Amino acid sequence: MSLEAKLAVDRFAVDEESAHIRLADTSDVPRETLELLVRGCPAGLYRLNDDGSLDFDYAGCFECGTCYVLAHGTALAAWHFPRGEMGIEYRRG
Amino acid sequence: MAEDAFDAIIVGAGPAGSTAATVLARAGLDVVLIDRGVSAGSKNLSGGRLYTHALGKVFPDFVDQAPLERLITKERISLLTQESASTVEFASGKLGGHSASYSVLRAPFDQWLADQAEAAGASVITGIRVDDLLLRDGRVAGVVAGEEEMSAKIVLLADGAISLLARRAGLIGEPDPHHYAVGAKEVIQLGEEVISQRFGLAAGEGCAWVFDGDCTDGHIGGGFLYTNRDTVSLGIVTTIGDLGYSDVRVPEMVERLKRHPVVAPLIAGGTLVEYGGHLALEGGFDAVPQLVHEGALLLGDAAGLGLNTGYTIRGMDLAIESGRIAAETVIAAHGRNDFSAASLAEYADRLAESFVLTDLAFYRRFPKFLEDTRGMFTDYPKLAEDAMLSLFSVDGSKPEPITRSLRNAARPIGFGRLVRDLWRGLGAINGRASVAGALGGAAFRVRGTANRKGGTR
Ligand SMILES: Cc1cc2nc3c(=O)[nH]c(=O)nc-3n(C[C@H](O)[C@H](O)[C@H](O)COP(=O)(O)OP(=O)(O)OC[C@H]3O[C@@H](n4cnc5c(N)ncnc54)[C@H](O)[C@@H]3O)c2cc1C
Ligand code: SF4
Repeated sequence: MSLEAKLAVDRFAVDEESAHIRLADTSDVPRETLELLVRGCPAGLYRLNDDGSLDFDYAGCFECGTCYVLAHGTALAAWHFPRGEMGIEYRRG
Repeated sequence: MAEDAFDAIIVGAGPAGSTAATVLARAGLDVVLIDRGVSAGSKNLSGGRLYTHALGKVFPDFVDQAPLERLITKERISLLTQESASTVEFASGKLGGHSASYSVLRAPFDQWLADQAEAAGASVITGIRVDDLLLRDGRVAGVVAGEEEMSAKIVLLADGAISLLARRAGLIGEPDPHHYAVGAKEVIQLGEEVISQRFGLAAGEGCAWVFDGDCTDGHIGGGFLYTNRDTVSLGIVTTIGDLGYSDVRVPEMVERLKRHPVVAPLIAGGTLVEYGGHLALEGGFDAVPQLVHEGALLLGDAAGLGLNTGYTIRGMDLAIESGRIAAETVIAAHGRNDFSAASLAEYADRLAESFVLTDLAFYRRFPKFLEDTRGMFTDYPKLAEDAMLSLFSVDGSKPEPITRSLRNAARPIGFGRLVRDLWRGLGAINGRASVAGALGGAAFRVRGTANRKGGTR
């Protein structure tokens, strides 16, 4: 089962108006840090392109904080919880 | 000073916050419990085993009332290589009574706890994200949510492992990747009967199973499987500071566990009903920050009160106990009408006397031991496999004495290292003697306002 298919099982209220996590300019961030983001995100939302640039999509985020611990202040320009009622809604947990 | 709107504001309706809110409301204090989720528990995820000793002190009838999944009566620990599992199993009717543990699912469980707080008289507000602490004259005086400010005599921060609020207010420092683990888990629907049959369980009874080795590809951490009533919770936890060890991604670790030959047949035919991720605490005793501040206390995961013992992750029982002790401290402070750090110091002292900090101190050296003993996740599962194979495979060749088989299996690791690791491992989980010393010098003690980092804006 693909990660996309797994995320499709979950319930999210995606805040279309504001992104709770925003990437910084990552051109000076060590590639190693970017790789850790790709590896550590349980939802697989970070993708490293061949040219070394990083893609990220905040829809599907579990708000777990792993990327905050890894790269807040370096690869990430902003990390916050989504606004109230937005984001992941666990029905089991 | 403006009239305080509330006696206490509690941020976070997890086990810590809802327990504190219940105890405070029962004592007649005017409390509000705020959570950013649509409902309490909608943001929370755990492996899923709750040790209930602390819960029973606040909710004596929890067995009949709380949404518990199964009473754990079967424990399994497995060392995994790609193809093998060396497993210790312990099944006993004695795994109950005061030490009982149950599998739980957090969305329903946390909602039940928040309902208890509401029934006791607390105002429960969900769907509101608290953005910042309100700081006034060098003390925490309330919270800010969007345009709104709410003030209170005291704020209890029960906002979970990251505790952005405490960080943004400078009450705790930058996160250390070695102090946190990322967890990922699936909830798989199988049906009540199927689970009881496949795991050999009586009705209402459950199995707790932890795995070391192959599932995390040698990363520090491990896998878990808990049987719920008609689903299983299956996942992995791995230290964030150790993600550099190999290039296997966290979601793939979950797949490795599901694919493993001892696990795959047990979940065959199941339907995924949820996949999620959450942070867990990994730093142990030495990562506990200062717990008492002017006008604020840190509770549960926000206070670093989580424990990884290698065979179980614990945080919910510590959160509940810290919630109760925090509430009792606040009730006493309310009687004195003094919410200074000095007046609240009793919180840290009582936690130090309770199982919460005693257990953390007991396992104090364990996180370091795991960091230094990669073999736990690589060589030792292999050692167990080799030893078991030489015991159990019969192919007509001349049998070897068991001692020689074991010696051969241990050779790649080296006896010196084996004995050293064993000794250090035992030392790391046998720290009673050092508990008093650890507590004596600990940083979470109140050291007055002079020691508070930042704080005013
Ligand atoms: C994979 C995994 C497995 C685990 N397994 C176990 C286990 O088997 N047994 C066990 O005992 N423990 C386990 N734990 C640990 C356990 O989940 C935690 O210790 C426990 O949830 C801590 O409770 P808490 O109330 O302190 O915080 P949480 O349960 O995290 O609750 C914090 C609450 O605060 C809210 N919040 C946060 N910020 C804000 C804000 N700014 N505004 C409003 N609301 C906010 C959140 O929505 C959340 O409801 C596990 C953890 C993980 C990740
Ligand atoms: S918070 Fe967790 S789930 Fe969300 S992007 Fe970061 S690592 Fe991924």
